[in-house]
Amino acid sequence: MSETADILLRLESVFTNIGRYRILHGVDFSVRRGRVTALLGRNGAGKTTTLRTIMGLWKARLGKIVFDGQAITALETPHIARRGIAYVPENMGIFGKLTVRENMLLATGRTGFAQDQLDRVLESFPALKMKWDSPAGSLSGGQKQMLAIGRAIIEPRRLLLIDEPTKGLSPAMVDQLVAALLRLKREHTTILLVEQNFRVAEAVGDDVAVMDEGRIIHTGEMAALAANHALQHRLLGLSMADGV
Amino acid sequence: MNSDWPKKLQQWAPYALTPLVVIAALPAIGPGPWLTLTVAGLTMGIMLFMVAAGLTLIFGLMDVLNFAHAAFVAVGAYIAVSVLGPLAGWTNETSLALNIAALLVALVAAAIASGSLGFVFERVIIRQVYGAPLRQILITIGALTVIEQLIIVIWGPQAIPLPKPAMLRGSVFVGSSSIETYRLFALFVGLAIALAMHLFLTRTRLGLVVRAGVEDREMIQALGYHIRRVFIGVFMAGTALAGVGGMMWAQYQAVVNSQIGDSMTILVFIILIIGGLGSVGGCFIGAILVGLTTNYVGFLAPKLALGSNILLMALILLWRPRGLFPLAEHH
Repeated sequence: MSETADILLRLESVFTNIGRYRILHGVDFSVRRGRVTALLGRNGAGKTTTLRTIMGLWKARLGKIVFDGQAITALETPHIARRGIAYVPENMGIFGKLTVRENMLLATGRTGFAQDQLDRVLESFPALKMKWDSPAGSLSGGQKQMLAIGRAIIEPRRLLLIDEPTKGLSPAMVDQLVAALLRLKREHTTILLVEQNFRVAEAVGDDVAVMDEGRIIHTGEMAALAANHALQHRLLGLSMADGV
Repeated sequence: MNSDWPKKLQQWAPYALTPLVVIAALPAIGPGPWLTLTVAGLTMGIMLFMVAAGLTLIFGLMDVLNFAHAAFVAVGAYIAVSVLGPLAGWTNETSLALNIAALLVALVAAAIASGSLGFVFERVIIRQVYGAPLRQILITIGALTVIEQLIIVIWGPQAIPLPKPAMLRGSVFVGSSSIETYRLFALFVGLAIALAMHLFLTRTRLGLVVRAGVEDREMIQALGYHIRRVFIGVFMAGTALAGVGGMMWAQYQAVVNSQIGDSMTILVFIILIIGGLGSVGGCFIGAILVGLTTNYVGFLAPKLALGSNILLMALILLWRPRGLFPLAEHH
């Protein structure tokens, strides 16, 4: 009973096709409230497809996605977003012609910015304050990622879906991003994080789900996976476990 | 610091293009005709902008290429005929206020009629062909033919004269230049509409959603906005603007026929390509450039007038292959 109540998001045998190709072959896993779940796997394993299917950007052909006890499988993306799910895609989804302020404003409700929330975001990502009225397209890759995450948390969200936030970032920028994710974790934000960098996933993840060829092949606590090098090697391959 | 220069130049060069064309034309044409042609070019450009602006947003938001856009231009023009006919008492009066009031009534009627038809058109036709470019082209060209034929059924096949209101028939003289009064009126109305559109797009939440949706419609949906609903609104506004453009153009030409929109179509597509598909700012600059080029070249080398805008488009595409203000690739 308590375990069910603890679950915020559940995927039950989800199958997704892209065109003629089946990408997800019955994905089953759960995301627990107030925890960070890392979704790991090699390139092409189906991680991004899983996030996009949750957001309704690609529709599940079969199976069920349950968010906070209610099926969201058939809902359109805006309805899913309005239930409190924020999505940070791999390409960050930044509107380059709009200013940083306008990008953030789009993620707020009708009343605009709540000052305390805005202060919190700008404290986590001070670079955004400096570029507040600049076109978002002029930001560096790391700054864009900060904007994407800042935009996702400018309003209180019930679940964050973050797709490979450290991809292509410098080590210093990765450290800054990890610090921001850890801060969200301390605030008990529920996050489903797709990450290729195992060290990042290990640093912020509470739980882990590993995918391969469109299926979940392992779920459990991150600490257990981090401590078991043989399992890392088997599930992820050496390069992943080495943090590449 | 210095390394920023080429980037900044590249960024600002498209804005400098129109003033450069205007200045370059002055010594070639001479001050008298230059002012006349510049006002004529600006007026033509602003009327083309009204028609093109909606089309570029419709494409930018949903990748819909609406070849039936010309039909809404024609509907606006014929509504003007129907409205201004009974208001002949106002248009024949030598009262500027009454003349402008009559034109404003026709303008509002054209906008409402074209916008309402646009709403039905989106629901009945466009909705069936989202994401299918070839079917969009075929069905919208077919719809254009059907609407033009319906216009002939309602208003008849003959061209209908639409005389300008009494006070807007003459010209005003600035030095040795004569400028048609109606052109000044059309320029003023067009600029007011362009300004209103600019304020809507930059100062309102809905405008922000439209601009963001043009860049990345998936992400705007992931932020909780229904892009389809926004698109219906933009489609209606775009077709309403086409109707207003048609009404203003018809009044400018003082005659209306069912192909009035077709004559603008090629120019409108040139403007969209020059400006960068989906960009309203690019559309504005593209429209003004086309208006000015048509008038300047028509004066300097009349034999080149027909091809001048295609030449202009080719030159701009050689410089900027995706137009003056290309949008980011959207999903």
